[in-house]
Amino acid sequence: MKLLIKKGRIIDPINDLDMVGDILIEDGRIKEVGENIEELQTKVIRAEGYIVSPGLLDMHVHLREPGYEAQEDIESGTAAAACGGFTKVACMPNTDPVVDNAAVVRAILSRAQQVGSCRVLPIGCISKGQMGKELAEIGDMVEAGIVAVSDDGKPVADSGLMRKAMQYVKAFDIPVISHCEDPYLSSGGVVNEGLMSTKLGLKGIPNAAEEIMVARDIILAELTGTRLHIAHVSTAGSVRLIREAKKRGVKVTCEAAPHHFTLTDDYIKDYDTNTKVNPPLRTIKDVEAVIEGLVDGTIDVIASDHAPHTVEAKSLEYDHAPFGISGLETMVPLVVSNLIDKGILSWMEALRKLTKAPADILKVPLSGIAEGSPADITVIDPNNSRIVDPASFKSKGKNTPFKGMELKGWPVLTICGGKITHSSLDV
Amino acid sequence: MAISHKEKGMSYVLSSKDLLGLKDISKEEIELILSTAEAMKEILFRDIKKVPTLRGKSMVCLFYEPSTRTRTSFELAGKYLSADTVNISTSTSSVVKGESLRDTGRTIEAMGIDLVVIRHSCAGAPHMLAQEISASVINAGDGMHEHPTQALLDMFTIKEKKGRIEGLEVAIIGDILHSRVARSNIWGLKKMGANIRICGPMPLIPPNISDLGVRVCSSVEEAVEGADVVNVLRIQRERQDKGFFPSLREYAKIYGIDKEKLKGAKEDVLVIHPGPVNRGVEITSEVIESSCAAIEEQVTNGVAVRMALMYLLLQGGAKNEAAD
Repeated sequence: MKLLIKKGRIIDPINDLDMVGDILIEDGRIKEVGENIEELQTKVIRAEGYIVSPGLLDMHVHLREPGYEAQEDIESGTAAAACGGFTKVACMPNTDPVVDNAAVVRAILSRAQQVGSCRVLPIGCISKGQMGKELAEIGDMVEAGIVAVSDDGKPVADSGLMRKAMQYVKAFDIPVISHCEDPYLSSGGVVNEGLMSTKLGLKGIPNAAEEIMVARDIILAELTGTRLHIAHVSTAGSVRLIREAKKRGVKVTCEAAPHHFTLTDDYIKDYDTNTKVNPPLRTIKDVEAVIEGLVDGTIDVIASDHAPHTVEAKSLEYDHAPFGISGLETMVPLVVSNLIDKGILSWMEALRKLTKAPADILKVPLSGIAEGSPADITVIDPNNSRIVDPASFKSKGKNTPFKGMELKGWPVLTICGGKITHSSLDV
Repeated sequence: MAISHKEKGMSYVLSSKDLLGLKDISKEEIELILSTAEAMKEILFRDIKKVPTLRGKSMVCLFYEPSTRTRTSFELAGKYLSADTVNISTSTSSVVKGESLRDTGRTIEAMGIDLVVIRHSCAGAPHMLAQEISASVINAGDGMHEHPTQALLDMFTIKEKKGRIEGLEVAIIGDILHSRVARSNIWGLKKMGANIRICGPMPLIPPNISDLGVRVCSSVEEAVEGADVVNVLRIQRERQDKGFFPSLREYAKIYGIDKEKLKGAKEDVLVIHPGPVNRGVEITSEVIESSCAAIEEQVTNGVAVRMALMYLLLQGGAKNEAAD
């Protein structure tokens, strides 16, 4: 099958390319990139006014399979990813069973082969059973195809174990992704600790619960020389700690989720459990600090922390409802509406945080929009405005605090390996 | 009953079908409830304590937390007004029980209930129920959030004893962090124009509480200085187990209200307590038995205030607005 994308604005952070041009795709690969490609007998996609990017990578999603298929499975989760403009997702290991051995890694990869609408990059556990006691068989999982290790969803409370994990992974050149939370400080908390927790009578999680662990893991990364990636940074203090560490030359990277640069804890006022997320929505000071971190490069990556849940679970009392936001299908328009449109990040900077930056951290080879590259391409209509309607999500998780908001800049076409995995265009 | 709010130029109805908290209701609504409660209190001293006002109406007390006094108070308030009352007490949360609160609410409503009085250990549970059903919902205490009827009866007692609320200096002493009583008192008293000081062991002072316009005092003596009212909160023993303060002994010594600590207060200081009291811990027997305490009257006033609310919500309330 041949496909010609005509006259889009190609923005490619991998090849530092920003041009209006055409892309010819044949047999799953990019055959030609040029200013005016004429080709007969091909499907033509008119992309005037659209942004054409290398396929996006979300390095933090929960696909829930195996074990929690009522919330999401690999088929629905990757369909949601494609719909959200992604051609690659890295999935977290807190499934049931957890991803702490090579067999589960292989099961996920083979399932993704069969039913996936995008490429799936599994992340393995740091500890066996995600119990925080002893190391999982990380080496074996690397051979099976994991790109990183993380006990995401659960912090590694034991500093000794975290140190050993960082030492151990050095031989395999994968990063440790840390979910930073001091369980003694966050214990039982469901929202940010502050004025809103006081008003709502809900137990708070102080910024310090995150920052203490960010500081600890930076110190351990310095001690071990390992690449550390901090997941879902939500506080001003974390941004400051990471900024300082980077200046010192510590090998630390980090990511922020869209809800942490768009929403504050003021959104929780009606006990809407769709606002319940960990780390929690913070204050305006934190939101501004996260944005500042995105601008000055302290925050390398934007990742969704896609955490789908069932309507039933989210219908419980705020204290009992699970943490998480279904984020894959709103991430791109949230970035466009809140960062690009407001002039906070350029298209090039924003797309770098969604392509090259996460790929470099996970050491995923990306050749971008260049002749011979795999045809992984995302096309975004920067002017298309639409109201967020969770009922139309491909994800099984309809849990989003963005419901009813009007957002701009939706992906209109996703191509993965030359195959159209999402399209709202007349092709 | 002669309730003539219209003559006083007051609004005759509450703006919502529910009473979920004092944060979101107006000063005028609080005044309406308090003045209605005055008329209700009179009924409590009659020989035959029953009026037909809510005949044919039904209410259920849905209590997910153990409670004797609040539940009994609501139940009697309903009975004095001739409403049919039913109790559902369950010590387990809806999650443990396997049926969600929303489903429980729908089930109750399907049985034709007009009013649900709910107590729940989770903040926001009454809001969830109120969104789910069209019957009225009264919050009888939700987690650390609000306990509006307790604050209303506290304000009723203060007004009765002091003749006013505006301009009074009110000290709230104890475990403010976990206290829904304290939060509702703060919202209500601020709206009514009182000045509030709070004091307790510092780990039990909620974050950013001063943003609500209250003064945080580091000693009881400072909080009580010149106070017209001292509201003493119950200290729950389990807080010590969780390490919020070292021992009940030390708590009693530093934060317990005794005659000595009340010395700096106004001479006619009023001492109130939401009960049940831990004598010798947060307050001494000597203070409880003294003329400045009004703890039993608070209980009586609680019934009157709850009768007033039920009347306003079910009879004169928002649902009858069109007929008004």
